[in-house]
Amino acid sequence: MSRIFVHGCGAVSPAGWGVGPMITAVSSNTPIPLRDLPRPGWEVPLRARQVPPPEPKPGFLAQARFRRSSPITQYSVAAALEAIGNDLARVQAGNLRLGVVLCVMSGCVNYSRRFYDEVLRDPATASPLVFPETVFNAPASHLAALLGSPAVNYTLVGDPGMFLQGVALASQWLIADHCDACLVVGGEECDWLTTGAFHLFSRSIILSDGAGALYLKSDRDGARAELSAVTDSHSFNARQTRLQAARGFRAQLPSCAPDHLLADGIQQTPRFDDDENKAWQDWSAARLSPKAALGEGLIAAAGWQCITAVEALAAGRCTAANVSVVGCNQQAIGAHFVRVNHAD
Amino acid sequence: MTTTLPRKARTNPVLFPPKNHSLQSRRVVVTGVGIVTSLGLGWKANAEGFRLGRVAIRPVTLFDVSRQRVKVAGEAQLPVKLPSHRLGQRLEARLDRAAKLLLFAAVEAWQQSGWNAGGSLPIVLGTTSGGMRLGEIYYRQTLETPHRFRQQATRVMNYQTQSQARALEDAFGFTGPITIIANACASGANAIGHAWELIREGHCDRVLTGGYDALSQLVFAGFDSLQALSPTQCRPFDAHRDGLAIGEGAAVLTLETLDAAQKRNAEILGEIVGYGASLDLHHLTQPHPEGDAALASMTAASRVAELRPDQIGYINAHGTGTPMNDGAEANAIRRWAGDCVSAVPVSSTKSAIGHLLGAAGAVETVICLMALREQWLPPTSTLQETDPVCLFPVVRKPAWAKLHYALTNSFGFGGANATLILRRWT
Repeated sequence: MSRIFVHGCGAVSPAGWGVGPMITAVSSNTPIPLRDLPRPGWEVPLRARQVPPPEPKPGFLAQARFRRSSPITQYSVAAALEAIGNDLARVQAGNLRLGVVLCVMSGCVNYSRRFYDEVLRDPATASPLVFPETVFNAPASHLAALLGSPAVNYTLVGDPGMFLQGVALASQWLIADHCDACLVVGGEECDWLTTGAFHLFSRSIILSDGAGALYLKSDRDGARAELSAVTDSHSFNARQTRLQAARGFRAQLPSCAPDHLLADGIQQTPRFDDDENKAWQDWSAARLSPKAALGEGLIAAAGWQCITAVEALAAGRCTAANVSVVGCNQQAIGAHFVRVNHAD
Repeated sequence: MTTTLPRKARTNPVLFPPKNHSLQSRRVVVTGVGIVTSLGLGWKANAEGFRLGRVAIRPVTLFDVSRQRVKVAGEAQLPVKLPSHRLGQRLEARLDRAAKLLLFAAVEAWQQSGWNAGGSLPIVLGTTSGGMRLGEIYYRQTLETPHRFRQQATRVMNYQTQSQARALEDAFGFTGPITIIANACASGANAIGHAWELIREGHCDRVLTGGYDALSQLVFAGFDSLQALSPTQCRPFDAHRDGLAIGEGAAVLTLETLDAAQKRNAEILGEIVGYGASLDLHHLTQPHPEGDAALASMTAASRVAELRPDQIGYINAHGTGTPMNDGAEANAIRRWAGDCVSAVPVSSTKSAIGHLLGAAGAVETVICLMALREQWLPPTSTLQETDPVCLFPVVRKPAWAKLHYALTNSFGFGGANATLILRRWT
């Protein structure tokens, strides 16, 4: 047993809560309007694409454990619940061992900033309620608690390519029978601090936040797409430039065919896009760029790219799709999904 | 119609589908170890310290603790000069304290392993806060002088966890996938366990793995705000224990298949034979009082290792010294060991160096290797009166012992639990 299928997708993005608004925004390639982020010490605010308030408010937010949860937790849990769909009851009943791989780059930045701010003012009065929510694995812990799933649960930290490493890890767990199904979630939240940090590297970059989730199983029945491959992770280091790494994973993915799709990470910021564009310069088939509409959502954006590919396959708009993630400062990595023909 | 990868692509290394997935488990051994704690640098200093039950908790000098309840920690004393490596001066200058701790441990492990530069080598590391100290400096400068950007971009790049791992690739001259596991205080054990599974299941033949964390003001203040730090002395499993001590450090291990190690006549320091992980759903920061998830991870590890509790000669407990953790863990050990609970020696080495958070699981794995190799039991030397909840003997004094297997527990915030079992190599 080594075949892995995508059984569900979930998204929270600047376009709204759910896969539907995300796909509409990506398909129309209309950038989501920017919102101001006031920054201490500056008159001109920063600008970002942030997740709008949910309408209606998700039911899980009423639970005690989510009272103080951070935005990244809320986005990640909402995306996960959408992806898992009707299997939720089986997990909660203890009839399905559900693995969780939650991937983040910036993590719980809002609460970390808030807590450290309190520490700088007076550590003796820093809030003990805030600190636990700053920990990288707090979102994964809340998610597992809500699902009632004590099965294997990792939080991975890295640049956006870590989402695809998470997909590969989930696949390994399924093959090794560590779980019956696995959620892979990429989540981010942005604030003025992270947005300002990215501005140090490019003033044209538009940060965004949200989450993307894939629900993986080894059963074919009812699957939306099949995961065909995750390439090796090609690190950036003294021996390999970002461009070389991008070309490295590109060489591990299939060449272009007319009915194929590329879900790339292009965000209309030349400084970040150049290496990826060069790696894919031979690609002549259809191409969708979720970040161009939704912003640089870091690991969440890698999730959105995968969802874009899976939903296009499920809708029959292509027979195969490549996902390309050329990360910020760690790795270039890709994935290949194919259509599931349920008539076979 | 489905698309398949072209022939050329299939021959290249990919993360999925597994290129060499092994249905028959492969044996995984440790051929190199490096360790840095407040007891010192390297195997020798640490082995002697842990064997004798030395305590290396001292006043914090790295940041202002004048307004904290607690003012001590297991702060490591690092030499100014770094060990030999391939990093240029510019890259070396960018290393923060966490990266230096990691590098010291990695150089020792690398040299001991006899591995050479070049080729592909996966890295799997555990940490909770990476280069948090750089993040703190970045934030303070942003607030104090918002229009001054000097060194800020460098701080943004190097505070991230992947930067410390990337530095290892450049320090030793190899490349490969980097995986950072941040499962709170179980991160180090999860990292080693994951690395072990990668080799055991045939995904790769060798992995550089371990855990690291440096002291930072945010994390120290966080534990202090929770009143989790001991205002007296960290005394795991003591009836009057009142909290933990925070520490810092790193441990790195080189893991490879037994076949590969024997083929190149490498010195084998021990074998990893079991790994189990579970999640405690009880509370974000508190374990289930009966230790349900701890029991699950210990049971899973011993099942994978095909060992009975009476075959385990020593347990290096998570043993933080907080009232809740130690009680839950004691219950878990009792339930796991059953009738032989009174015959399994247990200790917590956090009494000596504090809780190393993301490094704890890796450092305590190395302590188990030391104990197995040199045949001693590391004492919990600060223990005064054993909590009656402990039905097992808590090691209080330095002691020699005949050990074949040792088990180490790591539990973390968010309910992350991990257990590793190691075998003596003779």
